[in-house]
Amino acid sequence: MDITNFTISDILNGYKEKKFSVGEIIKFYLERIDKLNPELNAFVTIDENAIKNAKDLDNSLARKRFNSQPLFGIPLGIKDMFLTKDVRTTAGSKVLENYIPPYSATAVTKLIDAGAISLGKLNCDAWAHGSSGENSDFGNTLNPWNKDYVPGGSSSGSAVSVAASLVPFATGTDTGGSIRLPASFTNTVGLKPTYGLVSRYGVIAMASSLDSIGHFTKTVEDSATILNVTAGADGYDSTVAKREKENYLKDLNKDIKGLKIGVPKEYVTNALDKDTKQVFEKSIKTLGDLGAEVIEVSLPNTDYAIATYYIIQPSEVSSNLARYDGIRFGNDRSYFGKEAKRRIMLGTFTLSSGYYDAYYKKAMQVRTLIIKDFTDVFSKVDALVAPVSPTPAWKFGSKNDPLQMYLSDALTVPVNLAGIPAISVPAGFSENKLPIGIQFIGPHFSEKLLFQIGSSFEKKTEHYKQTPLLR
Amino acid sequence: MKIDVKKIAKLSKLTLTASEEKEFGGQLNNIVEYIEKLNAIDTKGIEPTAQVTGLKNVTRNDNYTDDMLTQEQALSGDKNVHNGLFVVDKLVDTNK
Repeated sequence: MDITNFTISDILNGYKEKKFSVGEIIKFYLERIDKLNPELNAFVTIDENAIKNAKDLDNSLARKRFNSQPLFGIPLGIKDMFLTKDVRTTAGSKVLENYIPPYSATAVTKLIDAGAISLGKLNCDAWAHGSSGENSDFGNTLNPWNKDYVPGGSSSGSAVSVAASLVPFATGTDTGGSIRLPASFTNTVGLKPTYGLVSRYGVIAMASSLDSIGHFTKTVEDSATILNVTAGADGYDSTVAKREKENYLKDLNKDIKGLKIGVPKEYVTNALDKDTKQVFEKSIKTLGDLGAEVIEVSLPNTDYAIATYYIIQPSEVSSNLARYDGIRFGNDRSYFGKEAKRRIMLGTFTLSSGYYDAYYKKAMQVRTLIIKDFTDVFSKVDALVAPVSPTPAWKFGSKNDPLQMYLSDALTVPVNLAGIPAISVPAGFSENKLPIGIQFIGPHFSEKLLFQIGSSFEKKTEHYKQTPLLR
Repeated sequence: MKIDVKKIAKLSKLTLTASEEKEFGGQLNNIVEYIEKLNAIDTKGIEPTAQVTGLKNVTRNDNYTDDMLTQEQALSGDKNVHNGLFVVDKLVDTNK
């Protein structure tokens, strides 16, 4: 049986029909990691307890938990920004090269309590700073579709581990596109939930007013299955809203006839690469075929999003990274890499005495205008559809200027500034066979609707069935 | 506005080499020039947004001992501990 490209629901069905044991599944994935990871460099740490944890689930008493644990025996990869008790957590930085956390992030605890088995920790841009994955202090993660091309960042290892079937799902963080961008570069599904839906407790903070905790899967259905587990207040993150629990799987099979989906005209400009534009236009047509009413809308302040984001985010980064003094844990500040240094200094400057009003306060005011753009547009349409990145993945080393790199986030950061949810789904390929994703964007807490649209699109197009050729 | 890299590095508690100072100086000034495009927008009277949840006065559980790390756990990240305390460099030189 070829279990490459298995989804979470495939594995659960296999367990149900007793086609394989948890131990066999875990062994399959660990062997695949053993074979492919030395080149791809997606995992930075392997969890040595995985085989033992699998065995524990295979005893007859534990088997009874199958119906109550939605992720029973499902292998999981964890972005190295999430604290894992007794398992090294680096944030992709040499500052935390030897850091062993004394507790786990809430999202991790919830996934493990639901039956998932961690296979280890995944590479990322140091402190989640990056659009390409090239800022990790532990080396580049390679794009399995073409190893000369970047996998996208910052959740580079997470995207690649799912794309290369080293795990069926992985956690990620999205502060300015760090889930959606690598998902679109690797033909995976990446969810950035509403700010304040999933607890950030125990996740190393990047920019606290923007950080959102999400995940990578092969399908939209799997994405909803994971959100069912991770969403909700834990009492440790005061930004998580206390809301009634939703079942995100509920509307997956509902069609999208009559839904109004807007295309923001500011996202579809001449700056779009030719293949990206073509794939996007084809996707719009598909949505029309599925019965949605696709109309052009406007988000007039889009052009100011990157400037706003690159004031607010570094300001918050400089404050969050101030705690790394090398005294209580970790190495001292001389271990910070170049990108972290740049962002710390940029944020220190924009917050410094005499400049606060001109930069930080100004950016917070423009943020209000960007939010208003979305509020206005969601009074006319149910959701938005847009490209995720202006181009497919680029070659390693081809964007050397930091500002040029920052501009790669132009189509992802507005969502973070507004705190709304978005999901990146596979939409096709470029001429040279690099994946291209599109994103569906909705109002606050509209994840169920995004899964409904994403699932309809996915069932019609089935791009997720295509996998990279790996030896 | 030009960034004084030396001053900002000091405020950030970062030590830069001479070549880093030069490299970052150019890059940071480019970025600052870019973000100044916000000056084109009139924001007079616009309320700044610091957070997007709309939640107010969220307080945590008062029983702080429920979730406390043990002393051993809290010290577990540092090799340089003494009698259950972190060892730090001398901050004030009393001989001067």
